[in-house]
Amino acid sequence: MPKRMTKTQLANTHRKNRERDRRTVELIQATAKDVHEHIQKRSKPDLKFPVRALSNVTYSTKRGYFEIGKQKKVRTLTVNTVKTFAQTLRMMSLSKELVETNDFATKRDAYYQSKNWGAAMFQDQTESDTVMDDIEALFSVNAINREQLRFVPDEHGGAVAGELVVFDTDLETGAIEKIDCTRFGSGAYSIPTSVEQLSFETKAKFILAIETGGMFQRLQSHKFWKKASCILVSMSGVPTRATRRFIRRLSESARIPVYAFVDCDPYGISNIYRTLKVGSGNAAHINQFFCVPQAQFLGVTPQDIVDYKLPTHPLKEVDIKRARDALKNDPFFRQHRPWQKALQMLLKMGVRAEQQALAKWGLNYVMEEYLPNKLKNVRAFLP
Amino acid sequence: MTREPASGAEAQLEVPFSGRVEAGTRKAKRGGAKTGRRSEPGNDRPAARKRRRRKGPAKRGQHADVAESMASKQREISVSEFFAKNRHLLGFDNPAKALLTTVKEAVDNALDACEEAGILPEVLVRVEQLAEDRFRMIVEDNGPGIVHAQVPKIFGKLLYGSKFHTLKQSRGQQGIGISAAGMYGLLTTGKPVEIISRAGPRRAANHFHVVINTKKNLPQTLVDAEVEWEKPHGTQVAITLQGTYKKGRHSIDGYLKQVVVANPHATIIYEPPNGDKAGERIVYERTTDQAPREPREIRPHPHGVELGVFLKMLQGTSARTVRSFLQEEFSRVGNKVVQNLLQETESAGLRLTPRTPPRRISAEDAEVLHSALGRIKIMAPSTDCLSPIGEDLLVKALEKRVTADFYTAATRPPAVYRGNPFQIEVGLAYGGGMPGDTLIELYRYANRVPLQYQRGACAMTKATVELPWRNYKISQSRGALPAAPMVLAINIASVWVPFTSESKEAVAHYPEILHEIRLALQECGRRLAVHISRRRREADEEKKHSYIQKYIPHIGIALQEILGLSDRQRERTVDTLTDVLERSRKM
Repeated sequence: MPKRMTKTQLANTHRKNRERDRRTVELIQATAKDVHEHIQKRSKPDLKFPVRALSNVTYSTKRGYFEIGKQKKVRTLTVNTVKTFAQTLRMMSLSKELVETNDFATKRDAYYQSKNWGAAMFQDQTESDTVMDDIEALFSVNAINREQLRFVPDEHGGAVAGELVVFDTDLETGAIEKIDCTRFGSGAYSIPTSVEQLSFETKAKFILAIETGGMFQRLQSHKFWKKASCILVSMSGVPTRATRRFIRRLSESARIPVYAFVDCDPYGISNIYRTLKVGSGNAAHINQFFCVPQAQFLGVTPQDIVDYKLPTHPLKEVDIKRARDALKNDPFFRQHRPWQKALQMLLKMGVRAEQQALAKWGLNYVMEEYLPNKLKNVRAFLP
Repeated sequence: MTREPASGAEAQLEVPFSGRVEAGTRKAKRGGAKTGRRSEPGNDRPAARKRRRRKGPAKRGQHADVAESMASKQREISVSEFFAKNRHLLGFDNPAKALLTTVKEAVDNALDACEEAGILPEVLVRVEQLAEDRFRMIVEDNGPGIVHAQVPKIFGKLLYGSKFHTLKQSRGQQGIGISAAGMYGLLTTGKPVEIISRAGPRRAANHFHVVINTKKNLPQTLVDAEVEWEKPHGTQVAITLQGTYKKGRHSIDGYLKQVVVANPHATIIYEPPNGDKAGERIVYERTTDQAPREPREIRPHPHGVELGVFLKMLQGTSARTVRSFLQEEFSRVGNKVVQNLLQETESAGLRLTPRTPPRRISAEDAEVLHSALGRIKIMAPSTDCLSPIGEDLLVKALEKRVTADFYTAATRPPAVYRGNPFQIEVGLAYGGGMPGDTLIELYRYANRVPLQYQRGACAMTKATVELPWRNYKISQSRGALPAAPMVLAINIASVWVPFTSESKEAVAHYPEILHEIRLALQECGRRLAVHISRRRREADEEKKHSYIQKYIPHIGIALQEILGLSDRQRERTVDTLTDVLERSRKM
């Protein structure tokens, strides 16, 4: 049942949005103005973008996420850069227009928009994506994210089920939609691409972030969330930024912990879990919004392989390389002793185990034994 | 064959200069040397010996029987018979190659004849297809014509010609090519060689049908009649043969295209067989009216003479003293050289005076003398015996025949290998409409004659492959010809081109020759690199300019949209920025 927001609430939201939009437009204009003034002074304008790479991030447990460093790449307007420079400015202009008309564009939309730009059009979407990422990084310095620039990802969010009510706002009418995540039957609530406008109501005790759709299906259809009083989120591999932001906002607003339940292999640990918790090097400029520092690692841990006598597969060469690389170069794993031990143990055993390997002991063993057992000792979770 | 005393090594040694020395050494360079000897009238001694043996006492047992029965089978082999069986030695390995070789021999002869007479050649080549695998090839020139009595011998006898006995740069050498082609035609189709020749406007034109008697290596004239002919002088030869008409690298079309590059003074008209392009006439007009310099005949250089030849020269000379022998029979030998030579032989234990008669010198002493000749310093041979194409003409010819952006050529000064003067020239055409990612086209020439087979075995290919083309901004994979839109023409001019085999298809890998080719290629390569970098710079400039023109307006539009500039402000911004970038570019 849609419910009307109170007038003050509505006015508040609008005021906040307008404030944010005004700041976005101001920043775009300031950047353009700087370029314009340089030209008038007959000097070459430049744009400074933060370097987006793992080599330019710092990590501390206190802050809890990968923070982008101070390295900047300067793009001076020269003969060789004139094309990208023009495209960057036109993309910023598009952003301004979107903000002013209260609209949005996906990456693909933006790519097609450029087809109106004549010579400056993008030849394929990777070109426009790069320019968009650059602009995003440029403005992230001023705490403006891509959603505020009105560029939204095409990627879908994960699925959600459990004791949770989500309040969404209808963009057209401003009406509030109330979504009860217990009432999707065998289906689930799908996280929208932009989650900033959502608010939550829940009595659950924790959020369980699950790697595979298959495991999510099992726990959802047997209503594990009811038994354990939790919210289930399916990540389907590396979580999209919408999923990460959703978990982060939900966890913060309900003040409940987040537990990750992924495969026990270097990909599950160093890509899926690490990205969920502290973000990635490539998107370092947005990590402050798009990661879940409070997340903890429930399993499957290398120790679980031993404790639960799980069936395994040998580690592939890429797995070994990934694990070694994580131990050597990843600021997150270098910071946490328990993780180093766990990864070394995994390398020493030379095997990996999937979530679904628990089915060896029976299909519902995971709900009846494994998870309840693990949840009894939350303090033992890996950081 | 091996029983013959004068066969083997010695016979082969005689090859380069034998012609000048004595009549009995007229023989083929092309592997036919051994057999060639047997057909000579003065050389039938072994046969005589066999006959005597047959007259001896009656049976002496088994061995004698065998010897007798063998003797009954042993008989003379004529050159013609030999080549009829070994046609691949002369370039008649397969039907496609046979047709090309026939055209090639006829065109070589035509060009040589014209040049010797100082006439600018105009050669007509017509190939008619008579049946699936039967062709009639006609080559007509405006040369000096052939005297009536000589016609049958030239076309109907192997190893008959004017060029073998002289040390002079020319295309043909052995007097074997055209008669071999005629023989091939006769063997495969039974048709005679047809010739029309006229030696001048006041003489009648004669029409001949000639076949070669392969057993005797003698011509047989079937028809000999006077005819009406529109040409004041010239020769027309027609050969009917079995063959295959092909396109591509080894085609007649490709061959003639290469001929006109190296012979800019020749006009060549080509009528390909019907069926292909009916009635078509391809005319290659001459690029220049300047006939090539007529090469001078020279005497052999002491460093280029093999021992066997040297011995023959000693025996055959009319000189009365060693000194006059050396000075008259060789080039670059003066008093000083004779003096040095005799000192050198003396230190080797042989005492000779300048007045010693040559006939008195024993074979052993001659060997000492010959090796001493090789050790002393002698001036390099004179080089006016060479007639290169020349840089200007090579460039002109390439300009006319190959569509490209850039042409250059380098003619090296003459050099010497093994006492033989030679000269290398390289012509290069680059760019234009040629495909850029395929291997270059390499035209190889020996005395202006295109070499079309055995590319891999040739010194020209080797030198080209080994040159680091990347230094000249041309891409090249390891051990391969460079890949570029390029035609490369390499010519070696020499009185004696060293071929790797009898079929005259590849030049041997003499270090001196490789070195000279390399230097010529480098010279052209350097000029090409300058051209390419200039082109690239220009293209870069052009690209930058168009870049600026193309994208700056969009910066103007974006700034206008974001900052709400007026149209005038926008235009001013675009102009200023264009100016700033154009300026910075020039610095």
